[in-house]
Amino acid sequence: MMGSMAATDPIPPFERFYLLHRDEVLGYLRRLLGPRAEDAWQETFLRALRAYDRLQHGKHLRAWVFTIATNVAMDDLRARKPVQLENGDEPSVELHREAFRELEHLTGDLPPTERAAVVLRYGYDLPYTQIADALGSSEDAARAAASSGVRRLRRTHERHT
Amino acid sequence: MNVTPELDTRFREAALREGLVDVRFDVFDSPVGELFVAATDRGLARISYRPEGMEESLARTFGVRVLRTPLDDVRRELDEYFEGTRRKFDLSLDLRVAPFHADVLRELALVPYGRTDTYGALAAKVGRPRAARAVGTVMNRNPIPIVLPCHRIVGADGSLTGYAGGLDVKRRLLRLEGATLV
Repeated sequence: MMGSMAATDPIPPFERFYLLHRDEVLGYLRRLLGPRAEDAWQETFLRALRAYDRLQHGKHLRAWVFTIATNVAMDDLRARKPVQLENGDEPSVELHREAFRELEHLTGDLPPTERAAVVLRYGYDLPYTQIADALGSSEDAARAAASSGVRRLRRTHERHT
Repeated sequence: MNVTPELDTRFREAALREGLVDVRFDVFDSPVGELFVAATDRGLARISYRPEGMEESLARTFGVRVLRTPLDDVRRELDEYFEGTRRKFDLSLDLRVAPFHADVLRELALVPYGRTDTYGALAAKVGRPRAARAVGTVMNRNPIPIVLPCHRIVGADGSLTGYAGGLDVKRRLLRLEGATLV
């Protein structure tokens, strides 16, 4: 039983994993960090490689590398900008993909956690369970961060128009 | 958002520098077709005429941290061999095979450039004169052909019998070395 599970999700050779995800991870980090993305991108894949031989299976590797990228980006963003937390009592809001495209250029002004949550949710379609893993938070907290980010984006958008 | 070649190279170099790679590989053209070549810190580990599935095979034997990087020293020695200016390889090898295979491959490495030997003779040299067929299996699974010259091993009647890269390649390597063919 164990053997057959391992056989269905073997860990791919790192080269395959790297070729599959390197471009979208760079895209993600550009959305979060702009021109500082390249250093963060290299650090992301070096961290992945350092941990790669300790993986137990090859499941959810995309979410795993986004988690690492998010951690690297958070370290960078937190070092530069204080985190502002919103009151979490407001009802949760969602955004359509179209609407996100219109607002995406404003994500640079969001606090790091909200920014990562919004980009992972609307830019990469990651489910909240995986965003929660990436942020190291609960699913509710991930949902709240995305939600609060969306509200903040809309407010900024209204101010600008 | 595509990773530029410069960024890609920078990452691969950093990974090597930090010692994070179990086994690295490269693929390049040669006069006998595309060659897949792999090495560890200990030495050359694989040469294959067929790249398909090789990365998975490396991961099983050496570890999952498999990364493509240039293998310039291997490439240079192979280029020199194909140009006819190199008769002996100076590369260290990382052989991970069963003891019998190791014994046979060690004897195989001693068969001189431009000469041939038979499966039976090689079997006799490792003290197993009746094991010609088993020696054939070792040749068939030779992880580092060309450098470990299984192309120099032929049947008792001088026929070429078989080769991982195809009989044409075997014939071509022996001609390059100036061996006498039946």
